[in-house]
Amino acid sequence: MTAGRSLADLPVGAASIVMELRAVGSTRRRLLDLGFVPDTAVEAVRRSPMGDPTAYQIRGAVIALRKEDADAVLVRPI
Amino acid sequence: MIQGYYPAGIKGVDADYVAVLAGNPNTGKSTVFNALTGLNQHTGNWPGKTVAHARGYYRHRGKTVIIVDLPGTYSLSANSPEEEVARDFICFGQPDVTVVIADATCLERNLNLVLQVLEITPKAVVCLNLMDEAEKKGLRLDAERLADELGIPVVPTAAHTGRGIKQLKDRIHAVALNEILPRPKPVTYGKELEAAVQQLEASLQSIYVDGISRRWLALRLLEGDPSVVEAIRQYNLAEGRQGGPCGSEYSADYRPGRRTGAGAEKAIRGRA
Repeated sequence: MTAGRSLADLPVGAASIVMELRAVGSTRRRLLDLGFVPDTAVEAVRRSPMGDPTAYQIRGAVIALRKEDADAVLVRPI
Repeated sequence: MIQGYYPAGIKGVDADYVAVLAGNPNTGKSTVFNALTGLNQHTGNWPGKTVAHARGYYRHRGKTVIIVDLPGTYSLSANSPEEEVARDFICFGQPDVTVVIADATCLERNLNLVLQVLEITPKAVVCLNLMDEAEKKGLRLDAERLADELGIPVVPTAAHTGRGIKQLKDRIHAVALNEILPRPKPVTYGKELEAAVQQLEASLQSIYVDGISRRWLALRLLEGDPSVVEAIRQYNLAEGRQGGPCGSEYSADYRPGRRTGAGAEKAIRGRA
């Protein structure tokens, strides 16, 4: 199995699969509530001009994450 | 009832029952609210919060129904003022029915909130909104099957055309007046967590908060959510009630701000 890389490093237009969350506590809960659940497909759709935050298409909604939160999401190639 | 800290009443409206609308953002919740209430609406802010809320009413089958529109949230985890308002109202506002508006075009992500609501109250109805959009996308949804699996009524609607609104009112009516007794199937969390929940539930026996599931409370305490304790304290104060977490022997341990109460720690240790 390949080692996961951070969702924050996913280029705009690319898709990936959520592998695991490195966050704990309320950040973890928040990410799960937003749909960042292992084995879910996620696509980076837009990045703000300053490079942060990034909008992700996940489970039928577009969700923006700050880089520090996206860093906590490990993804693997589809 | 329904006065004080979590107001649901409307001046001059004598309600037979109260229904509350919860749902993810962008599920057409406000459209459902408008379709239900027409022009009979009042807006304002939740006490002490900059979160807007709308209330309205309608008459259906001889009953006057107050509808409270909650802010759109993905969860009831109380991570934001909106979520806190939604959770507190469902818990302490004692609505007779909680209607969860779900987006039929991406149902899966909406079911998280549905299951969270069902942990608090069985008196719920799912409104499967945006059915026309889902059909346009070629999706076929089996509302009856979903109702079976969830154990609560599910009503397909397309609120902007008015489709399904009468059926939704019928279901709200039936659940509010206990003509239908929903039996949601509880989500189970595996042996270790369930043992801890059981132990905590037992020690929560002495805490009286009407209508609040002890199981739900135990789960929140295990999650280390301090806001739920503060919410119960506020509620009890508003009701002028002694007891509860603030007036009981739990007071020292369940002080808001502490990550986990001693009861939760003990329950976790107990299984080791």
